[in-house]
Amino acid sequence: MKRKSLKLMVAALAVAMTAGIFTGCSSKNETGKTGTTPEIKKTELSGSITAAGSTALQPLAELGAKKFADKNPGGTVNVQGGGSGTGLKLVLEGSVEIGNSDIYANEKEGIDAAALKDHKICATGIAAVTNPKVKVESLTKVQLIDIFTGKIKNWKEVGGADIAVTIINRPKSSGTRQTFKKYALDGKEEATGLTQDSSGAVKQAILQTDGAISYLGLAYFADAANKEGLNILKIDGVEANAQNISTDAYKVWAYEHMYTKGEPTGLTKAYLDYMVSDEMKASITKLGYVPIADMKATRE
Amino acid sequence: MKKNDMKTIFLKLKNEYLGRGFAMLCGAIIVILTFAIILFLTTKGLNTFFKHGYSIFHFIFSGNWNPEGSGEGLSPQFGTLIFILGSSVVSFLAVLVSAPIGVALAVFMNVISPRLGTKVLQPAMELFVGIPSVVYGWIGVSVLVPFIKLWFGGIGFSLLAGVLVISIMILPTITSIASDAIKTIPKDYIEASYGLGATRWQTIIKVIIPAAKSGILTGIVLGVARAFGEALAVQMVIGNSITFPKGLLGTTSTLTSILTMDMANTIYGTAWNDALWSMALLLLIISFIFILIIRKLGKRGEA
Repeated sequence: MKRKSLKLMVAALAVAMTAGIFTGCSSKNETGKTGTTPEIKKTELSGSITAAGSTALQPLAELGAKKFADKNPGGTVNVQGGGSGTGLKLVLEGSVEIGNSDIYANEKEGIDAAALKDHKICATGIAAVTNPKVKVESLTKVQLIDIFTGKIKNWKEVGGADIAVTIINRPKSSGTRQTFKKYALDGKEEATGLTQDSSGAVKQAILQTDGAISYLGLAYFADAANKEGLNILKIDGVEANAQNISTDAYKVWAYEHMYTKGEPTGLTKAYLDYMVSDEMKASITKLGYVPIADMKATRE
Repeated sequence: MKKNDMKTIFLKLKNEYLGRGFAMLCGAIIVILTFAIILFLTTKGLNTFFKHGYSIFHFIFSGNWNPEGSGEGLSPQFGTLIFILGSSVVSFLAVLVSAPIGVALAVFMNVISPRLGTKVLQPAMELFVGIPSVVYGWIGVSVLVPFIKLWFGGIGFSLLAGVLVISIMILPTITSIASDAIKTIPKDYIEASYGLGATRWQTIIKVIIPAAKSGILTGIVLGVARAFGEALAVQMVIGNSITFPKGLLGTTSTLTSILTMDMANTIYGTAWNDALWSMALLLLIISFIFILIIRKLGKRGEA
C-alpha cells in the first residue's frame, strides 16, 4: 500500500515535470512566433501581442485590451507590468510588441531611443499629498521645493501646524518620482526621507505619519476610497485635476507612452489606434487620466 | 525463452533503473541549476567593477548611494555601506531578540513540558513558518508601526520595527533546530546529571544546553541567514531611507529592500542595474559564508 502510493507520487511528479518542460518550451515557441509573424496575419487581425511595462499605465492598457478583444475576437493583447524600464528594454529586444512607459525613452539611460516609436496615449497628473494634520492646502512651487529639499523642516514655516516634515519618497528608479522631480521640483534632488514603492504603501505611510508629504499619481484617486484621509495640495493655488492638466495650468504631469520598435503594423497598430480612439476616451477619463485628444497643451 | 528474457529486462528496468535514473536526473538538475545561478550572478555582479570600472572598495565601504549621478554633474555613486550595515544590524539584533526565546522554547518543549510542547508549541511554531512574509510585513505596518510611534516616539517606521518583525520570523527556525539538537542528547547524560543530585534547572544549564550547543548555534546562524535574505517584510516597516540609522527608532534600508524596489525600473546593462546585481552577488557571498560557518559547527558537533 505504502509502496504503491510512493510509486504514484513519483509517477505524478514525473508527469508534472515533463509537462512543465514541454509547456515551457511550447509557450516559448509561441511568443517567438508572434514576435515575428504579426505582419503576415495583419489583414484578419488575429494572433496575440504583448504589452509590458509601466504599472501606472497597466490598468488602462488592460481595460483597453479587454474592450479591444470584444470588438476583435481574433486578436489578443496580453498586458503585463514590470515597470517602465522593463517595458522599454523588452520592446527594444523585440520580446514584446509594445513597451509601456511613464517617461520618454531617451530619459532612461541605456535605451536606444532612436529605434523606438513613441505613441502618447494619455497624460497623467501627479499630486503632492500630505497628512491632513499639517493644515496646509496650497503651497507655492518654491515652498514645495524647499520642503522636499529639506530647507523647510516644519509645517509651521508655511503656515501650517507645528509638526515636523517627513518626506516619503518613491524609489530612485520610479517613473512617478522622475516626473515629480522634473516638473514639481525643477530637477532638484530631494532630501533623504522614507521610501515606499507603491501607491498603496505611500498612502498608508502618509496616514500613519502626522507630518508626511509625498506624491501620488492622480489615477490612484480614480477610486474615491483611495482619497480618504489624504490632503491633496494645490500648487501655486492650482488644483491637480484633468481640466488644469489639459491646459498645462497644473504643471506636474507626464505623458503615458506606448513604445513600439519601428512603425507598428497589424494587430499592434490596431490596438494603439483603439487606445486613442473616441471609444476609449470615457474609460481613460474614468480611470483618472487625461485622453491625449483632450490635451490642449503639448510638451516636448 | 526470449520473451522471458525481455520480461526480466523490462521488469528490472521498471524496478531498478527507472527510479534510479529519475533520482539521478533530479540530482544533476539541482547541481547544474545551482552552478548556473552562481555563474550568472557572478558574471553580472562583477560588471560593476570591470565593465563600469567602479571601485570595489567604494562599493563596500562607501555610504554614498547616488545611482542617477544627479545633482551638480556628479558621476553615479554606488556605495552600499548603508545597506550592508542595515542588513547586518537588523539581522544581528533580531537574532539577539529571538535566540534566547528560541532556546528557552526548545528547552521547555523537550525538558520541562514535553506534553504541552508536542501538543501546543510544536504546531504553533509550524504555523508560524507557514505565514507568508508579506503578511508579517502587513501586520508590521498596520499594528507594530503605529504602536512604536505611540509608545516610543519617532515616526513608527524604524529599525526597531524591522528587528521585531524579523525576530518573529526567524523564531521558528531557531526553535525547531535547537529542539532537534536537544532531542538527540543521549539520555545517559541527563540521567547521570540527575543521579549526581543536580536539580532540573542545573541539568538544563550545565548539561543540556552545553551538549546541544552546536545544534543551537546552527539554528542561530540559519536564523541570521534567513534574516539577511528576507526582503519584503523588512522593506514594509523599515522606512527605506538612504541614511545610516540614527538609533533604534531611526530608519534605514537593507540590501534586499533596495534590490526589490529598484530592479524593475532600471535598464538591463546599465551601471545602476549592474550595481543591483553586485548587491545580489554580495548577498550570495554572505549566505555562502553562513553555510560555511554552519558546516564548521556541524563538524565540531560530530567530533
